[in-house]
Amino acid sequence: MSGLIDFWMGLPEQLRYLVVTLLQIVAILLPLIICVALLTLVERKVIGYMQARVGPNRVNLFGIKGLGQPFADVVKLLIKEVVVPARSNQFLFVVAPILALVPAFATWAVIPLWPGFTLADVDAGLLYVLALTSAGVYGIILAGWATNSKYAFLGAMRSAAQIVAYEIAMGFALVGVLMAGGSLNLGDIIESQRGGPGSWLWLWLFPLFIVYFISGVAETNRAPFDVAEGESEIVAGFHVEYSGMAFALFFLAEYANMILVAALTSVFFFGGWLSPFEGYPFMPAILQAPGFHWFALKLSFFLFCFLWFRATFPRYRYDQIMRLGWKVFIPITIVWIVVEGVMVYFKVGPWAV
Amino acid sequence: MTIVNILFYLFSAVLIGSAIGVITARNPVHAALWLVFSFFNSAVLWMLLEAEFLAIVLVLVYVGAVMVLFLFVVMMLDVNLVQMRQGFTKYAPIGLVVAAIVIAEIGSVVWVKKLGYDSFGDVAPLPAEYSNTKALGQLLYTDYIYPFELAAVILLVAIVAAIILTMRKRAGLKPQDIAAQVAVRAKDRVRIVKMEAEGKES
Repeated sequence: MSGLIDFWMGLPEQLRYLVVTLLQIVAILLPLIICVALLTLVERKVIGYMQARVGPNRVNLFGIKGLGQPFADVVKLLIKEVVVPARSNQFLFVVAPILALVPAFATWAVIPLWPGFTLADVDAGLLYVLALTSAGVYGIILAGWATNSKYAFLGAMRSAAQIVAYEIAMGFALVGVLMAGGSLNLGDIIESQRGGPGSWLWLWLFPLFIVYFISGVAETNRAPFDVAEGESEIVAGFHVEYSGMAFALFFLAEYANMILVAALTSVFFFGGWLSPFEGYPFMPAILQAPGFHWFALKLSFFLFCFLWFRATFPRYRYDQIMRLGWKVFIPITIVWIVVEGVMVYFKVGPWAV
Repeated sequence: MTIVNILFYLFSAVLIGSAIGVITARNPVHAALWLVFSFFNSAVLWMLLEAEFLAIVLVLVYVGAVMVLFLFVVMMLDVNLVQMRQGFTKYAPIGLVVAAIVIAEIGSVVWVKKLGYDSFGDVAPLPAEYSNTKALGQLLYTDYIYPFELAAVILLVAIVAAIILTMRKRAGLKPQDIAAQVAVRAKDRVRIVKMEAEGKES
């Protein structure tokens, strides 16, 4: 054992740093992928119960009915052939799913998981989040184009236009967050929200929170904004020709993006790893302490909202999506940024120091 | 040779390669993708200069917004390659002259550095708590506030002008009145008629 420690300390410092960081990346990504798998099951179960049926209940694991379903699906997709259409652009066809998946995972580098731990504690964390989420659209556009199919292309065009439109509202909502948090670093934004649910930003930036979360639903192409894969109109949209593992990667990217948006919403507007019982003196100290479990709880709630929306709302019409993004959300965010500026000037709300 | 140097030469080589890809790719979509790739590489170069704000904004604005719209247009255009190549010999001399001027300019800068001017020396590493974003904001919103606001107004005018120029109003259009659509109620569309039950025809 001591020999092992000596060997480790004998390595060059940069190499040790590299190894530790790589291990941390694996330690974040593996649970994330398992979460994605479980999320697909939870989605089918939740929507099942909302529609008064049981959902998956055949593949049992540890005595829980349906728990093995996502893993069975993965195995099924793994052993299927990846069919590449004859007149498609083969290189881009294969690369597109990877391009969709990478940004969804890479953004987790700057998300603070518990007090004092962020994989990459960069100063411009919020900008990094914005830049990477906007790069995620390439996977979808390229998939639609490389497939060389009208349906896939239509889906890609719809999705790209939608993502570009809602990204602006999302960015403006985040401008409000950074005005309130006084920093671009996500950890500092969480620290600035200390003091119980009343000083979390959702209360003071309520319109921005609503705009951000709905834009997040639209960005991930989830119902009711899932025109990109509207089954009744364009079959399955951009991934119509994808099969096997290539399709699974798109699937993975969509659900990883959902988890990401839920995580970002809880970081920006609900204090991330801060405890909701903070600042209540009668609460025991263990409930007041911040920690990863609070972050996980908040994240799960927003994920549940995603599923809830899907089971509740009918699909938006395309022109209504555009109107909502450009003519409703962007004006709301601009107005609220001005209101926030006035609040900062007169030191109302969390700025009262 | 430090790691930073190795990274610099690696990413500049890839950047030059992808820039060549932009002008040699036959397919316009491929050219646009090469351009996206070179944006990423130049962002890394800026990152090596510790200008992380500029690097991320480059990716955010150019890769995330401008190039997406570019790809949009390029993918839908029906580009006739034969027609495009017709002007090649005609414009080649002018293009060569411009390229020669640019190369001469870059070369002169590099040459000046060789002569020993210190203004092009290595960038000194910045202290750890230095924030590129803060420094830029400080400059833009205090010292250069008027030029900055002026640029913003000019951009706004350009946006409005672009919208006005592309807005076509012709007779016979049937635009949707969204407000009316949203305000519609069930009783406007469905009429419930009360009537007596009728017996079976027999």
